[in-house]
Amino acid sequence: MAGGKGRGIAAFSFNIESLGLSRGNMPQTREGPNKLYPDVEFKPVPLKEGEDEDYMLALKQEIRGTMRLLPHNIKPLAEKGDVERYKERYQRQNMLDEEWTPDWQLFPKELMPQKKKLNVKPVGAKKKPIKVSSKEKADVLSKLDELEKKDDVKSDEEKEEKKTTEEGEEEEIEGEELEEEEIEEENDYIASYFEDGDDFGAGSDENMDEGATY
Amino acid sequence: MTAQEVRLCGLLLQEHFGEVVERIGTHLLRGGAQNLRTIANETNTPLDLVKKSLCVLVQHGACEFGSGRRGPGSPVEYRASCERVLRVLRYPRYIYTAKTLYGDTGELIVEEVLQRGHMTMSNTVKTVADRLTHNMEEGRSMEYSEVVSAFSKLVETHFLQRCPPVAEMGTAATSTNPATPGTPAASASTAPPTAESNPDCYKLPHVTLIGRGKRRRSSDDSEEQRGGKKAKMDSESCGDEGIYWQVNFERFHQHFRDQAIISAVASKLDQTSSEIVRTMLRMSEVTTTQTAAYTQPLSANEIFRSLPPNYSISRPILDQYLSLLVDDPMEFVGKSGDSGGGMYVISKEPWPTWRELHWSLWYRRGWCVCQSWFGSRSARIFRLLLRKRHLEQKQVEDFAMIPAKEAKDMLYTLLSENLVQLQEIPKTPDHAPSRTFYLYTVNQLPTARLLLQHCYKTVANLIERRLFETKENKRLLEKSQRIEAILASLQASGAEPEQLTEVEEMITAPERQQLEALRHHINKLDSTENQVDETVFLLESYIFSTKTK
Repeated sequence: MAGGKGRGIAAFSFNIESLGLSRGNMPQTREGPNKLYPDVEFKPVPLKEGEDEDYMLALKQEIRGTMRLLPHNIKPLAEKGDVERYKERYQRQNMLDEEWTPDWQLFPKELMPQKKKLNVKPVGAKKKPIKVSSKEKADVLSKLDELEKKDDVKSDEEKEEKKTTEEGEEEEIEGEELEEEEIEEENDYIASYFEDGDDFGAGSDENMDEGATY
Repeated sequence: MTAQEVRLCGLLLQEHFGEVVERIGTHLLRGGAQNLRTIANETNTPLDLVKKSLCVLVQHGACEFGSGRRGPGSPVEYRASCERVLRVLRYPRYIYTAKTLYGDTGELIVEEVLQRGHMTMSNTVKTVADRLTHNMEEGRSMEYSEVVSAFSKLVETHFLQRCPPVAEMGTAATSTNPATPGTPAASASTAPPTAESNPDCYKLPHVTLIGRGKRRRSSDDSEEQRGGKKAKMDSESCGDEGIYWQVNFERFHQHFRDQAIISAVASKLDQTSSEIVRTMLRMSEVTTTQTAAYTQPLSANEIFRSLPPNYSISRPILDQYLSLLVDDPMEFVGKSGDSGGGMYVISKEPWPTWRELHWSLWYRRGWCVCQSWFGSRSARIFRLLLRKRHLEQKQVEDFAMIPAKEAKDMLYTLLSENLVQLQEIPKTPDHAPSRTFYLYTVNQLPTARLLLQHCYKTVANLIERRLFETKENKRLLEKSQRIEAILASLQASGAEPEQLTEVEEMITAPERQQLEALRHHINKLDSTENQVDETVFLLESYIFSTKTK
């Protein structure tokens, strides 16, 4: 939409006066990104000074210092230098409470330190595939039970078993029980397959008989 | 989680918990909920360090864990909380408030709990008693019962609360706490329980702690051996195992807000009215929940009875003050009935009064910012726009009494810095520019957020500058540390004055000057951090209040 007035004369499509501009007085266009450290024209307001601020300042520095010495402050694994430096000796003296053991009741078990985990690991490694498969199969089992047998009591039991498998250490036992059931189920399935096979075998025998008389 | 927030959190974690925790924490903040293996792989950190860092973060409440996304069978996922890490900036303020309210004992209790994340009551009492004894004169020691009474006062006024019980993961946490029978049902829910959902969150455990603080003797082998044996004897359980206490930040924030109200009243009206408001707030401290819109109505009689004794004003004058407070356009106090000589409430929630108050507090900050960046005249324009909401270019010039050219310039600078926005109001449906009003306005909420991000950036810059200064002068600082250590050991072993002066002269005069200048700079930077945090609190509080309408 070209501005109305003249052809070729630069014209804006809106009334510049309403923005307070006039033709001669356009604001400067920017020529690039802002400076990284812009000039500060006005001196900043001075800080509050007083007893409270001084006390809080002292507190802050004290907290920083103390928290560096607490066992919560975890140092990266430092390489042992060739020479033990003198400063390490008097810095280490200040460490408070080298050991800190959290209350494991409040933390997930996987955060426990390495030596305990070694015992749990092989069992855990076995547990995980068992856990996953038992859960999936428990789901399948419960669905099958609901559909085929329509036995409310049994599906409830299996649901309860599912719930208990989600908690602590009963998993292994439950897993094994479910596995036994699974094996039985598989046997049932296989048995039914063989049943079909029996029928099929009977059928082929008949054919063979017919072939023999041929 | 904005980039500035993450940067600031990283710096705070590094300062207080070390580089390893900082790496893990920043990774969690940037990446959301992750499980243990992912964290270890993506940060290239050995697994046991990752575990330790996560323990530290959980201990301090900066990280929560929960069962993973794929259901209860999948590995535990950890989620870091930016907000909680930013609280670390405010620790000195919390501790100082505890000191003003409950003295040195209260101060040390809050300090210990903050430094350790969460602690049992018995542990806290023993540690605090030992520390107080250490600072007392020889021969005197601190009774446990005094510390216990300070602790119980803190709990009664809700400054300390029990840690929420751990819900899932099959841990036995809920069962060890006999006082909370209702939690097994709650543990089935997927949302992590807050401290407030625990009905016993402010109930003190029944523990009898009898004893006195022990003075810690240093560098004495026989004492240490005996001290070691003593420690073993004292580590018997005191009956409150598993009950951990943490600082209730929300309560402290409520206290800061109350202080802000009181000082606003004091500056607008006078000291006596601020005392009245302070009394009203104190009376309704514990009865009002955090998110209540109004305090419980208080009758004028109750207020009269609860006024502090040194403010002996007579009843009719109290009524006059109350009516003055009610009529004030800021509406600090509202009248809600006439029984008992008039029922008065203080509106604490966003709409309408508290928000007005918040708004006025924050706008003062915005105005200060404006002033310091662009000068007092721009600040005048800013304030004008806040008052009048929407103004045209011409009106701005007239009301602010600034010549047109300069006003225009300033408006554009403010616009480019996003402190001021342009609002179009079309006269015709086709939005033709020649027939549209262009009004300048200040959008409060976005501007508040902008200022908040600026504040975070400021604090992060301050910390980095301080770290830089420290690193530059590391050699000098280490030297002075060493010399102080030598001096202390010489003094303890009774050296002669000549030896002491000889050691002191190991630092030359220009070095001493340099050290002085360095200390001055660092103090200034630290102090600035504290004060910027006050603005951060105000802005955060305002933004939060607009969310919960």
